[in-house]
Amino acid sequence: MAESIPASHGDHEVGHHEEQGFVSKYLLSTDHKVIAMQYMFTGMAMAVIGGFFAYAFRMQLAFPGMDVPGWGLVTPNDYNALVTNHGAIMIFWVAMPVLIAAFGNYLIPLMVGCDDMVFPRLNRLSYQIFLLSAIVLMASFFVYGGAFGGAWTMYPPLSAKAEYSLTQLGSTIFVLAVALEFVAFLMGGINFITTAMNSRAPGMKLYDVPMVVWMIVVASILFMASVGPLIAGAIMLLFDQNLGTAFFDPDRAGDPILWQHLFWFFGHPEVYVVLLPATGIVAEVITTFSRKKLLAYRTILYTVFGTGVLSFTVWAHHQFVAGIDPRMAHVFTVTTLLISVPIAEMMFVYIGTLYGGSIQYTTPMLWALGFLVTFLIGGVTGIFLGASGADIYFHDTYFVLAHFHYTFFPIAIIGTFAGVTYWFPKMFGRMMNETLGKIHFWGTFIPFNAIFLPLFYLGVAGQHRRIYDYSAFPELAQYQDIRVFATSALLVMLAFQVVFLWNFFHSMFRGEKAGANPWKANSLEWAAPSPPPHGNFPDGLPECHRGPYEFSHPDREEDYWPQNQPA
Amino acid sequence: MSARPIANTRTAAGMPTGKLAVWWLIASEIVIFGGVLGSYIMHRLAHDDWAVQAAYTNTWIGAFNTLVLLTSSLSAVLAHQAAESGDGKKAARLLYATCAGAVTFMIVKAFEWTTEITHGFTITSSTFWSFYYTAAGIHAAHVLVGAIIMLIVASAAKKGRDLHHVELIGLYWHFVDVVWIFLFPLLYIAK
Repeated sequence: MAESIPASHGDHEVGHHEEQGFVSKYLLSTDHKVIAMQYMFTGMAMAVIGGFFAYAFRMQLAFPGMDVPGWGLVTPNDYNALVTNHGAIMIFWVAMPVLIAAFGNYLIPLMVGCDDMVFPRLNRLSYQIFLLSAIVLMASFFVYGGAFGGAWTMYPPLSAKAEYSLTQLGSTIFVLAVALEFVAFLMGGINFITTAMNSRAPGMKLYDVPMVVWMIVVASILFMASVGPLIAGAIMLLFDQNLGTAFFDPDRAGDPILWQHLFWFFGHPEVYVVLLPATGIVAEVITTFSRKKLLAYRTILYTVFGTGVLSFTVWAHHQFVAGIDPRMAHVFTVTTLLISVPIAEMMFVYIGTLYGGSIQYTTPMLWALGFLVTFLIGGVTGIFLGASGADIYFHDTYFVLAHFHYTFFPIAIIGTFAGVTYWFPKMFGRMMNETLGKIHFWGTFIPFNAIFLPLFYLGVAGQHRRIYDYSAFPELAQYQDIRVFATSALLVMLAFQVVFLWNFFHSMFRGEKAGANPWKANSLEWAAPSPPPHGNFPDGLPECHRGPYEFSHPDREEDYWPQNQPA
Repeated sequence: MSARPIANTRTAAGMPTGKLAVWWLIASEIVIFGGVLGSYIMHRLAHDDWAVQAAYTNTWIGAFNTLVLLTSSLSAVLAHQAAESGDGKKAARLLYATCAGAVTFMIVKAFEWTTEITHGFTITSSTFWSFYYTAAGIHAAHVLVGAIIMLIVASAAKKGRDLHHVELIGLYWHFVDVVWIFLFPLLYIAK
């Protein structure tokens, strides 16, 4: 390392001590922590909107034709727009910004021990484009024809032809919003990867990097490597919608399946793009609260790389029913079942880390354990869908819907809550209330299972997705009680989120002071004060002396051994 | 505007941060063009009849533009060499030469497209022409953006500032070149 830390740090501080107004401090800041908060709060606001959409269409499913309080009558077009935008929002505007952008921005510079992202202004621009994309998406609800309702996967010809979708403007705006969001995350991704590669603290070798940083970096690489074809596809779809080209129009020598290939070539790796940061968070939480070294650090890394490579070879399992060559379906069945191996291995390693540890049941730990349990169900039910023979029966039923909610809910909600409750003391310098945290955990975890376990049953019973009112289908109408049960569970779950919001904002100002390292954890972010000031480490940037998971070392009195502490 | 963070000056991966980022940018661009060209090739293999449409493209104009772009990459390399030796003024002059290549490329392209469109080969004529305009259009947008950034880099280099940017824009320019080397045979030569 050529830098001389104290001197250059001093210079750096000088430039930043003038008083800043609210706008320049919180809205136009280039500080990675402020940008992380911007992503997190935007993501939370979008989660509220996405959750509200789920409430509106679940009410329609349980009580068809009823005026939904807060929305009014859900028309068929409303219903389609609601489910489409619920899906898109939860993946692109909640899971991505919170798990990758918020945690990535907050944790990478702190955990690798430097003062900021390598490109702070690019970072700010990426957030601004992201915010613009969210506004553009929301605008589609207020244009002539209403918001796009052809599912978040945007399959043509429904998305390409206005005479089918009836939402010429809505469809175009939807594709534009998604494309803008991709641009934002490409910029962010380059920043994350470069920062983690280049700006590690002196002495931090590759295998000393905390798991969550590795996971966010690998996720960013996966995103960058997979999103290109979809950006190309989005341009082609925009041309089909607005210029009259026929890339995806079978009447004029186009191919609608091509879109499905382009979309899922991105869409399936995208599952791992959001999964990996969540598993990284869970790794940090589980190790800290087991007071035990993370089992098989390198094995986890190799499973992550294996998952990353395999994730590019599974996409066509989404098209088993769409008409691909059955021989190709065999190949994709094999690859899809293969990818469960590294993920299962990761799960076993996490369980192995718990084995023999002195487990502390704090709120973040409950979320992390809840992640393992629920994601396991999501993973196991995926086996049914990956096998092309079984998928022909399950395709587009509620079994699929329940399956991917059992993967995405643990990722985007449970994983996020694990991370937020774990790093809250670092972010705001105060502790969250443990009792309220546990009430919120059980009030989310139990209703979540009550919503989606019955939907597996409905799916196997043949309940097709994307149907607005089941009372017209006698063989499905008999399951109405189950739909009412699931919707009631959703209402309970949404009500319990108030506990979280109260706990979050109350603790932010009134919580008990946290101190720098309340959980007695090892990684470098805990060496900074809570909350870290601009530049992160006021006493000079840290050096790294060991791996991040040296808990309960036999030669030491303390059961933890911070990375920055000289031997 | 904030001061340059210390993070930006570190090189734990053994490469300056800006260069590393440009390589990642190029990696992400490769998959974008990969998506377009992959889709085109799959379509093309399934439609022999596209050869009839492709026969209307003007190979000689395409070849001339290939020559122009490749030559402009030469001056980008020479600019890098000049910047390495600290001669910002010379680097700037050579970058302007590269920009001139970009402008020539765009003018020829405009002439070519106008001719084709007036002869009735528009973006909606057939899926071949849709791919032709889309793929070459995305590439032309990259040429344009690259040229604009190059002008900014050149005007800074002229005053001796940010000489390391000369290499970065050169990297990007070679990438734009390589993309054209794929586009030219696929759209013009394969008949």
